[in-house]
Amino acid sequence: MADDVFKALADPTRRKILDELAERGGQTLFELCARLTNRHGLGSSRQAISQHLAVLEEAGLVRTRREGRYKFHDLETEPLERIADRWLKPNGRQS
Amino acid sequence: MRIHITSVFVDDQAKAERFYTDVLGFVKKHDIDMGEARWLTVVSPEQPEGTELLLEPDGHPAVKPYKDALVADGIPATAFSVDDVRAESERLRGLGVRFTQEPVDMGPVTTAVFEDTCGNLLQIEQMNQ
Repeated sequence: MADDVFKALADPTRRKILDELAERGGQTLFELCARLTNRHGLGSSRQAISQHLAVLEEAGLVRTRREGRYKFHDLETEPLERIADRWLKPNGRQS
Repeated sequence: MRIHITSVFVDDQAKAERFYTDVLGFVKKHDIDMGEARWLTVVSPEQPEGTELLLEPDGHPAVKPYKDALVADGIPATAFSVDDVRAESERLRGLGVRFTQEPVDMGPVTTAVFEDTCGNLLQIEQMNQ
């Protein structure tokens, strides 16, 4: 599980996605792509961003929810807390 | 060559006529009975001779999956230009319009995305500076 989180965080585009979701939750794929293009000059295709989102979701860092016909993405910070606890609260050390 | 007509696929032309005129504020330009459907276009009151928007019935079997897939990812069917995205969003919200993207400053543009009640998303945008 922790390996997935480190792998997900290793990519700069995925970190930007998390930055944008931290600023505003509940974003559609379209809004995320527009933000990444216009604010960060990232010209990735929607398909590429979709794949990045799948990696983040797999690592538990992004949660998707369907609301009627729409799909929204939210940041999930719990895996980050577990990572930080490894060094901040060394009793619960993981591999 | 000029862009004369562009279109959106709507699930109900009568409902679309109400939304695109009463809520968005466009005016009807052509309304021609074509038998099963109408040739129904609207224009901006600011540009009555400008590009017409055709409110086209979405009965073709390819259209619904296309619309559903776009809407799921929040992708608008088309975009309109306004002077002030935030003010227009407030106005539309007051009329019960649902937004999937709040006004966001995207650098050169500020944009917002909302539902047209006819199965599409629409974007409004304002050029900054």
